[in-house]
Amino acid sequence: MSHTVDWSAVKADFPVLQRRIDGQRLVYLDSANTSQKPNVVIDAMTDFMRHGYAPINRSAYRMAGEATDAFEGARAKVQKFINAPHAHEVVFTKNATEASNLIAASWGRANLHRGDVVVLTHMEHHANIVPWHMLAAERGIELRWIPLTTDGELDLSNLSGILDGAKVLSFTAMSNVLGTITPVAALCRAAHDAGALAIVDACQYVPHNVTDVQSWGADFVTFSGHKMVGPSGIGVLWGREQLLDAMPPFLGGGNMIADVKLDGFTCAELPSKFEAGTPPIVEAIGLGAAVDYLTNIGMANVRRHEMHLTSYALDTLTERYGDDITIHGPRNPEVRGAVLSFAFRGIHPHDISQVLDEKNVCVRAGHHCAKPLMRLLGANATARASFYIYNDESDADALADALDGASDIFGL
Amino acid sequence: MPGLEDLYREIILDHYRSPRNRGELPPPANKAEGHNPLCGDEITVFVQVDGDVVSDVKVSGQGCSISQSSASMMSQAIKGKSLDEVRALVHRFKVMMSIEEDADDAAQPAVKLGDLEALQGVVKFPVRIKCATLAWNTLVEALES
Repeated sequence: MSHTVDWSAVKADFPVLQRRIDGQRLVYLDSANTSQKPNVVIDAMTDFMRHGYAPINRSAYRMAGEATDAFEGARAKVQKFINAPHAHEVVFTKNATEASNLIAASWGRANLHRGDVVVLTHMEHHANIVPWHMLAAERGIELRWIPLTTDGELDLSNLSGILDGAKVLSFTAMSNVLGTITPVAALCRAAHDAGALAIVDACQYVPHNVTDVQSWGADFVTFSGHKMVGPSGIGVLWGREQLLDAMPPFLGGGNMIADVKLDGFTCAELPSKFEAGTPPIVEAIGLGAAVDYLTNIGMANVRRHEMHLTSYALDTLTERYGDDITIHGPRNPEVRGAVLSFAFRGIHPHDISQVLDEKNVCVRAGHHCAKPLMRLLGANATARASFYIYNDESDADALADALDGASDIFGL
Repeated sequence: MPGLEDLYREIILDHYRSPRNRGELPPPANKAEGHNPLCGDEITVFVQVDGDVVSDVKVSGQGCSISQSSASMMSQAIKGKSLDEVRALVHRFKVMMSIEEDADDAAQPAVKLGDLEALQGVVKFPVRIKCATLAWNTLVEALES
């Protein structure tokens, strides 16, 4: 997968980037939030709705069979993309947050009891905190936290102590605030050595890196479609067959049952057991097209491109603004993704975002659904610029130029 | 797109740089905390009510230029006012922010927004309306607490 990629052609695949507002081009630097969509994804979804839309797993007519094949085809693409052993281990959810809730509610309720320990880290997204808080309130489980180093990496100096007696280690593969890439395989090994399950929030990782759930040795992995050039409305839970098989269902209803009687029900086989109701059919088709699109570029190429952009943006911003800009997270691009959260000359991130918006530079301002981490950073908000396959050096330059405007207004 | 000069008026930046009535009031002053869950801004409003009059007010917390200047100007505008006048002011402000219909209630005392009118431009930036109203919603909570 080391073929040369024409990145300007990649950019041209995303029609929204042709949009001009007030005569200026769009500089989209909010992909850690949600990514833009290429023509192939938009076309796959609209073509399906125009020419082949039908229910799945229910009806006997040909078009329904075709729709079922397309839907299951998308599942197989996702399986291959993350190197999962079986397609039926890939469960489609509404989003990654639902996948995370599914694990806590189904596996958690069946396996965790008062006093049991779940280990999280200080850099988790709320989606990997709140479901555990909810279970703690219900079950009296204990939450422990892996702290961070000053450079924004996980402080693993007392890992075995923290994991001692734990039942679960649930952690992000890449921080959505700091960009930090965590040592996933080593953490999974440490969890297993302690007799704990390893759950990986891979929302920020899967869209940007080669993902291999088997070489990680993970037990559960969650991610979302909309951050990897696919549509919103679909997320993925991958889990080891043995675990998924033993778990009680999450939501009840159609599609997830083998039989229903007046006095009870039996569950369907995997993955239907966890896909109650009509699933996101069109979105699955779109996600399949997104997987094909990313596979054609090659995830190793994506990673190389983003490492280059990360280095370029870090250098450009620090050379230009020196001590006036504080960029959170590791300096080494080897252990960080293309996510740059920053503080600039004491100007509130909301105001920075407002000023950048006048130049059509789109960044996120806020707490990034990671309030515990924000408190550790001593900020109640940061501005965050995040890069993806359709960004290039000119976007980093546009960010640096637009920041000047913030100084002008606030007279700093 | 409306220009940034509509938003960042000089008086707003002045209140942002030098916020008035910063600090806290000890009990029995009323107190309420407000959060803007979208951006993480946090604000605490303390109000001392003596009889029918807001005799003192303090604001603490952090936030963007719009939320901080709105809080600062609000604190100046309500200090020394009667509760009826404060309620009328809250209403006038929310009408300006286009989140309340003008009640045109003859029973309400006539109040002037004064400096607060500088925040009128915020309406042109709908995502910032929540920033401007954070202090006001927190004030209402504090008065009810």
